[in-house]
Amino acid sequence: MTQKTEGGDVRLSGISKTYGSFTAVHPLDLTIPQGSFFALLGASGCGKTTTLRMIAGLEDPSTGTVFLGDKDVTDLQPYKRPVNTVFQSYALFPHLNVCENIAFGLRRRGIKSFKKQVDDMLDLVQLGAFAGRKPHQLSGGQQQRVAVARALINHPQVLLLDEPLGALDLKLRRQMQLELKRIQTEVGITFVHVTHDQEEAMTMADQVAVMNGGRVEQLGAPADLYENPKTTFVANFLGTSNLIEAEVVETAGEDTVVTCGGSKLRVPGERCASQPRSGGKLLVGVRPEKVSVAHADDAGSVAIGRNKITGRIVASSFIGVSTQYIVDSPACSDFEVYVQNIERDARLVPGAEVVLHWNPAHTFGLDADQDIDAGVETVEESA
Amino acid sequence: MSVTDAPPLAPAPAQEPPAPRKASTRKRLVPYWLLLPGILWLIVFFALPMVYQASTSVQTGSLEKGFEVTWHFQTYWDALKDYYPQFVRSLLYAGTATLLCLLLGYPLAYMIAFKAGRWRNLVLVLVIAPFFTSFLIRTLAWKTILADGGPVVDVLNTLHVLDVTSWLGWTEGSRVLATPMAVVCGLTYNFLPFMILPLYTSLERIDGRLHEAAGDLYATPATTFRKVTFPLSMPGVVSGTLLTFIPASGDYVNAELLGSTDTKMVGSVIQSQFLRVLDYPTAAALSFILMAIVLAMVTVYIRKSGTEDLV
Amino acid sequence: MVVIRWIRRNLVVIAGLLTLAYMILPNIVVMVFSFNNPKGRFNYAWQEFSLDAWKDPCGVADLCGSLSLSLQIAAWATVGATALGTMIAFALVRYRFRARGAINSLIFLPMAMPEVVMAASLLTLFLNMGAELGFWTVLIAHIMFCLSFVVTAVKARVMSMDPRLEEAARDLYAGPVQTFLRVTLPIAAPGIAAGALLAFALSFDDFIITNFNAGSTVTFPMFVWGSAQRGTPVQINVIGTAMFVIAVLVVLGGQLIASRRKNNAQPQ
Repeated sequence: MTQKTEGGDVRLSGISKTYGSFTAVHPLDLTIPQGSFFALLGASGCGKTTTLRMIAGLEDPSTGTVFLGDKDVTDLQPYKRPVNTVFQSYALFPHLNVCENIAFGLRRRGIKSFKKQVDDMLDLVQLGAFAGRKPHQLSGGQQQRVAVARALINHPQVLLLDEPLGALDLKLRRQMQLELKRIQTEVGITFVHVTHDQEEAMTMADQVAVMNGGRVEQLGAPADLYENPKTTFVANFLGTSNLIEAEVVETAGEDTVVTCGGSKLRVPGERCASQPRSGGKLLVGVRPEKVSVAHADDAGSVAIGRNKITGRIVASSFIGVSTQYIVDSPACSDFEVYVQNIERDARLVPGAEVVLHWNPAHTFGLDADQDIDAGVETVEESA
Repeated sequence: MSVTDAPPLAPAPAQEPPAPRKASTRKRLVPYWLLLPGILWLIVFFALPMVYQASTSVQTGSLEKGFEVTWHFQTYWDALKDYYPQFVRSLLYAGTATLLCLLLGYPLAYMIAFKAGRWRNLVLVLVIAPFFTSFLIRTLAWKTILADGGPVVDVLNTLHVLDVTSWLGWTEGSRVLATPMAVVCGLTYNFLPFMILPLYTSLERIDGRLHEAAGDLYATPATTFRKVTFPLSMPGVVSGTLLTFIPASGDYVNAELLGSTDTKMVGSVIQSQFLRVLDYPTAAALSFILMAIVLAMVTVYIRKSGTEDLV
Repeated sequence: MVVIRWIRRNLVVIAGLLTLAYMILPNIVVMVFSFNNPKGRFNYAWQEFSLDAWKDPCGVADLCGSLSLSLQIAAWATVGATALGTMIAFALVRYRFRARGAINSLIFLPMAMPEVVMAASLLTLFLNMGAELGFWTVLIAHIMFCLSFVVTAVKARVMSMDPRLEEAARDLYAGPVQTFLRVTLPIAAPGIAAGALLAFALSFDDFIITNFNAGSTVTFPMFVWGSAQRGTPVQINVIGTAMFVIAVLVVLGGQLIASRRKNNAQPQ
């Protein structure tokens, strides 16, 4: 995707927000390409909602500029911006019925012939039979769709969604994720989606910006973020990572060689977030599903050239498609491994000595100068 | 920003020193404009009069020669000395009426909140509806109800209730009218809705499942009430008792209509000093003393019950 | 035994109903005695059934004049107190500003003050200013003591209102005025209506403060008060009963409309 010339992108330039001495959002530059489904992902209080509200005009940035295309809209009141929002818990007007809620924006702009548009919108969100109901007579999922319809009917340049699925139960949430994605593809409007649910962000978005402490930690396509996290926060917040503190032995050649707990591991040089120096430290990471487990008796059969560490299984749990092992190794005290349940090795029970091995290409290196557990608790919270 | 140039991103524009933006002055003044007229009204017609009254209470003089501020605090002492029976009576009557309101009002509020079912709205209407007949008319009706030789007095006489109350000094012989009991009865009646409505509001907020949970945890209905329901209804109890006690302590309508000269409350004294005797300093001093007593009691009460967010 | 057990189980309801009876009894007496034909000047003892008073409710000098004066004062006091009180309530809930504590106390104090104290001090002010006592002084006083009650009622409603609703309106192309008229006001309306109703009832029924500050003007409660000394005409009971019945009908009618609207809104 290249820079659009017609200029429909949302561009945030150096915007920040401070409340007294608290900085909710540090100066931030971000471009959201036109027509994309963009997610702002982070734990609560990371500044993602504030960023969204500044795009909507509901919050005045302390510094910086908001551009819609080439137009500076920073000082434009929300009701003058071609941007609409789907609010957290929807904020449907309780005194108006579904039809009136959806028509609200059109009527405020003085459009008289809104009937047809409202009907089309009701069809799009499949709520035709509920036009006369009041919001409190609808289920959570229906309310959510009214909120989307109420915003979309105005054909905004950008649709902002503030945790739109947060109030729904798991099954409905999955269903609505697909639905929102369908609608976005259908109407082709830029969606900016704020969520704390990494799975939701990865399923729906083309681009994800991971936010933490009022800053963007990393930005990219979901697969890219997952495979190449650049910080421990991203590594831990998106999925699970095994992070091992290691010492750099040599940086010669394409790979960097490190040691930890007596094992030598190789990390591809281009997958290191920081330039490793000999004798320096490096955090070595690998995703649990990339790792294979072999019983210690079979150690000889592990192919040469793979990264290997030894350990002992402390816990295993069967979760249907896979089995999850926690392995205590000298390199890392709670190394997680997910093994597909294809051929189960009956010897792999808690207490068994094992060898963990994986393709060095799946290893990534992070700057050792950061909190190894950043982003861990928040994952549990949102799971 | 920690990560910049992922492929689809435009390169960050050259960072200029961020210029802080200020919320407009007009916006910041909005709350003051909203508050201004109402607060001004209260300052001029509530707070300022208090100041005038304070100054009046230390004036001396007469209606003919005019009054002057002489810092004559003796007025307060004299007022207390002359009228302490009325003060004591006011507080006693108002306190008794408040207690009775709580005892009578709680079961009704509880019934509306938990037992009334589909009758709830009707009962609520019946609680509020008497408001729409002037309270003076309704108080006069008590003259009929408690009339000498009327059915109520007859029944009380036959059951020898009046013998007990007369012995206690609440009634006199076979009369109820023109006795302390009639006044307290009228006060209780008049301020019951002010007790019931806050009680109902706080009871209604209590989740009925709490009762089931308490029962499930081996609490008898009585214990459930003592340990769960009543503590949770405390905000209602506090605001109900205040809304009853405060107006009752200054009331003189019930004392005048249902009582006798022996049941006069301090409100009557203030009223007659002000409107008939025209002794403004004494009236002002009396009303200041009443205000001080009530405010002191209310403050202590609110502190003790730990509910400060009444407004 | 069965009876005792039944009583024990329904103790709360029995006690509640007894209290309710205690509260309703005077109204019934007022109603019954509106059909009385008393012998003397006072309408305290039952004599015989008569419709005279109902046929001629204004038959007593000054009665209907005082009633209409009270209604006028109550109406204006309601308008004034509701407008000022609603503004204060919005400011308190929606904005941060200085002197919040002082303003809260200033609003709380009139409710924590015996009426007779406010009445006396306000009269002191009027006397000092040399104001002529009458309609205006009464109206000023009524707006003053109704204000706090309106603030409390409206505040409760505005506090439970989701500020996101207004943001949603602004987001959907409604300017400040439109947002207020189309969203804020309709949603806050029940609170404002409750406050207004309370103000009307308080003002219409007020005696003590009015008595101090009315001069020679006579409102309806003052008329009743005076008649308690001079002799109570049956017409007082007629008016009391009529207002009671009208109020109950209005409330019940309102509920009927509300429940019907609810039924209509149910799925087709």
